[in-house]
Amino acid sequence: MSDVVVVDYGAGNTRSVGAALAHLGHRSTVSADPALLRDAPYVILPGVGSARSAMEHLHATGAADALRARVDAGGALLGICLGLQLALEESEEDGGVAGLGLVAGRVRRLRDGRVPRLGWATVDPGDEVYYFAHSYVAYTDDAVATSEGLTAIVQSGSFVGVQFHPEKSGAAGLRFLDQCLSRV
Amino acid sequence: MPLARLIPCLDVAHGRVVKGVSFVELRDVGDPVELASYYGRGGADELVFLDIAATPEDAATMTSVVARVADVLTIPFTVGGGVRRVEDASRIIEAGADRVALNSAALADPSLITSIADRFGSQAVVVAIDTQDDVVYTHGARVATGVATVAWAVEAADRGAGEILLTSIRHDGRRAGFDLLVTGAVRDAVPIPVIASGGAGTARHVADALRVADAALVASIVHENPRGITGLRREIEACGVALRPVQEDE
Repeated sequence: MSDVVVVDYGAGNTRSVGAALAHLGHRSTVSADPALLRDAPYVILPGVGSARSAMEHLHATGAADALRARVDAGGALLGICLGLQLALEESEEDGGVAGLGLVAGRVRRLRDGRVPRLGWATVDPGDEVYYFAHSYVAYTDDAVATSEGLTAIVQSGSFVGVQFHPEKSGAAGLRFLDQCLSRV
Repeated sequence: MPLARLIPCLDVAHGRVVKGVSFVELRDVGDPVELASYYGRGGADELVFLDIAATPEDAATMTSVVARVADVLTIPFTVGGGVRRVEDASRIIEAGADRVALNSAALADPSLITSIADRFGSQAVVVAIDTQDDVVYTHGARVATGVATVAWAVEAADRGAGEILLTSIRHDGRRAGFDLLVTGAVRDAVPIPVIASGGAGTARHVADALRVADAALVASIVHENPRGITGLRREIEACGVALRPVQEDE
């Protein structure tokens, strides 16, 4: 059995997450099956696409409720990029979208600098550099690390969310994923 | 602002890297997967694959290349050439590419930019512009459109493009430096990042481009010596432009 399930919601780039997991020796499955999402040892909610269509897809498949139940029961869930943003209560993307509500806070459009914010940037605390590609960002008291003042890592209960793409951040990203998976 | 990016560009035709790569340590210099893996470990910040043939029959071949590249690469990559419809973008992104680059097709139907951005996000849409004398050229830089370069870049950004890849036709392949004037003019006019392309001959050229752009595309300067990319990064940094630190084990 695969130890990691990558949530399928239609538009995600799930292949890259699976490839990064394979580099680390983990087998993964892409699925939206609620039972699997509740009970798998580790679940990753990846991120490409728009908040509205992603949430519609998660509701339609029953994945949204399954992910809430999972985190309520203390099951590990990693959200990447849009996958982090979907965990908040609300996003202003697409005219306003209700999120999974796993983390208190809101998602707002980036207002400073060039948008989308694209490229490699340092995450504080620490000196690791990761790849970011986003136009929206989370505002939450559960941020545990920032990048240029923006939320980079969120932790709330058994949920961890990262605004950067560990699966696209070279050796530093693989180390990060390895640490996440080794805590389970 | 994130760090400046160094982006090797690989030209692909019928599933093979077609020009400019000479490197004895690679078993097969024409294999895009092997080259991608090499550059990924050697310190590229991102890669661009341009399907320069892009006949309809090549679509399946390119999709397979994209999937195999995605399996080995742990940095982002963009695929251009042959993206004419939303379905082409879906096929390429679902195979594992992070972004698609649109060129002639976006100019022929600018709503394509918005359609792809709505589905995959603006960060997934690069609009490639080939420019000469401040006018946009299409179809492999052969056809002058009469469209002003800066105006088209602004429209592309308005329609949802997440980045402009700006190639100066006159500077491309000459290795005498980038066109800093047109790059600066486009970057000043748009709110999205800009990749400078065409003209890299030395680290100094790249460093100069990275002062007016967010990223620089490089081809022959790295393809002639892929191992030299680590040294090139150090030389660029010595010119005063910060890049991400790259571990030797990557």
